[in-house]
Amino acid sequence: MLVHERNFTELRKRIEELEVFCRERNINLSSEIKLLCERVKMLEEEIYQNLGAFERVHLARLLERPGAMDYIQAIFPDFLELHGDRAYGDDPSIVGGLATLEGIPVTVIGNRRGSDTKENMKYNFGMAHPEGYRKARRLMQQAEKFGRPVITFVDTPGAYPGTGAEERGQGEAIAQNLLVMSGLKVPIIAVLIGQGGSGGALALAVADRLLMLENAFFSVISPEGCASILFKDPGRAAEAAEALKLTARDLYELNLIDEVIPEPVGGAHRDKPGTAEKIKERLVYHLKELLQKHPEELVSSRVARYRKVGWDYL
Amino acid sequence: MFPGLKKTKYIELDTQSYFHEHPFEKCPSCKEILVQKQLRDNLKVCPHCEYHFRLTAAERLTQVVDEGTFEEWDAELTSSDPLSFPGYMEKLKKARESTGLKEAVVTGYGEIDGEPAALAVMDSHFMMGSMGIVVGEKIARAIEKALDQGLPFIAFCASGGARMQEGMLSLLQMAKVSALLNKFSQARLLYISVLTDPTTGGVTASFASLGDIILAEPGALICFTGPRVIEQTIGQKLPDGFQRAEFMLAKGFIDLIVHRKSMKATLAKLLRLHPRGDRSARSRTEFHGA
Repeated sequence: MLVHERNFTELRKRIEELEVFCRERNINLSSEIKLLCERVKMLEEEIYQNLGAFERVHLARLLERPGAMDYIQAIFPDFLELHGDRAYGDDPSIVGGLATLEGIPVTVIGNRRGSDTKENMKYNFGMAHPEGYRKARRLMQQAEKFGRPVITFVDTPGAYPGTGAEERGQGEAIAQNLLVMSGLKVPIIAVLIGQGGSGGALALAVADRLLMLENAFFSVISPEGCASILFKDPGRAAEAAEALKLTARDLYELNLIDEVIPEPVGGAHRDKPGTAEKIKERLVYHLKELLQKHPEELVSSRVARYRKVGWDYL
Repeated sequence: MFPGLKKTKYIELDTQSYFHEHPFEKCPSCKEILVQKQLRDNLKVCPHCEYHFRLTAAERLTQVVDEGTFEEWDAELTSSDPLSFPGYMEKLKKARESTGLKEAVVTGYGEIDGEPAALAVMDSHFMMGSMGIVVGEKIARAIEKALDQGLPFIAFCASGGARMQEGMLSLLQMAKVSALLNKFSQARLLYISVLTDPTTGGVTASFASLGDIILAEPGALICFTGPRVIEQTIGQKLPDGFQRAEFMLAKGFIDLIVHRKSMKATLAKLLRLHPRGDRSARSRTEFHGA
């Protein structure tokens, strides 16, 4: 839980105590209490509106924040999971399968992490191995074959930095995904719902539309990593987070994402069904638009979209 | 005071200018002291242990491209500071001064033993060969020119990965270059990537791993995550040779390890094995027609 959230919970508890106290003593302070509640609400909105980049990073990493599975279950009640990369194994930290959205068959892929430590051990904290990326690629190519749009939910600290991952070609697996996704002849919509950890996140995020939840972040390196390499001091992570321009709003201003999906005050975990509903609405909107396009046009505008990255600064 | 004692006379040797005229370099692998000129004549390979020193882009081009055929493209492209990242401009300035380069990659047209090719040569001496907008853009333009002119494309990779100081604009260069390589591949044009020390991070996770043919120099570090980060993650030392070219070859990610002295000949041979022109059925009809 974030410090802000703890403070506000504390504040609300105090107000409740005050209410009880007044009732017991028959003191009428109801208008004052109402005013107090409204002020607390305003203050909360203001604070969450103006969170610093590193505070948003913390918010995006909260254990209780809904993950890909939460949204998949809420948006696609008919989701059918498919397993394996057909070469090495089945990586539990990437989930993929089939579902329908408003009656249209789609392929859904996401990073899976746990909501407690035990689950996180099972899902490797959302850090995929090469076989996970290869499973995703297999499912995308299958989607292309059957003309199904692809929807991805991105939420990972990064590709797993371990020996097995290296031996089995983490770099190659990610590179192939970038190449295949750039040329896939069906619509791809990526929703960044939490952590966008560098290449490991990009491997599911080459898309026609890149949407980001308000408190999600997408970064070339973790703020801590950046601070320890460039500032020689991991303690300066907050400064690095600001400098990296990694928040949804920053990336929208840099013209690198298409839309920021607002979250309830305090973060997505405060209203999971509401956030899922909002994501679903935006998915349907963008999918309808993309389905109008001819596959060739879809691919050429996707390639053009990435071709232009950085042209404003040349 | 001591009339019987002779004053010792010292001769002063001008060591500074001596070493300036005859510079030495220590081999980081076998610690042997090498004369720089000999090292250069040996293609910057240690004559004792075959350690391949890191090359500058200019040295690479001299070793691989036929004399007088290289024509540089987009030499004027320079990085700005899109995110106003603290310290970035100074770092760029320093890198430009110390290398004489404008950016971490040199692209252009060149001939290899008479075979024409589009080339991208990275230089790890420029901010560790990191890929920002300009590196991505120069490589993208080189691929497009090759596509236009039906040329094969050769990339010499040497990079620490995506450039942090340009944030997501750097990371997305991986998608940019990969998207163009997909187009390039669909046009049935040959792409050879040559992995040199070090090829890591976002470059490994994009164009370095996408070659039709992937070559590597002996001993080159080739990885996605660097050894230090892995050691921190798993809490133990990695075995010797982990993530080196020989290891990656054994794991199946590289076609061939090529010693520097045969690099040019190998590339020329590969280019000749992929004659330019219509790739659909020509060789078959020629064969049957003969």
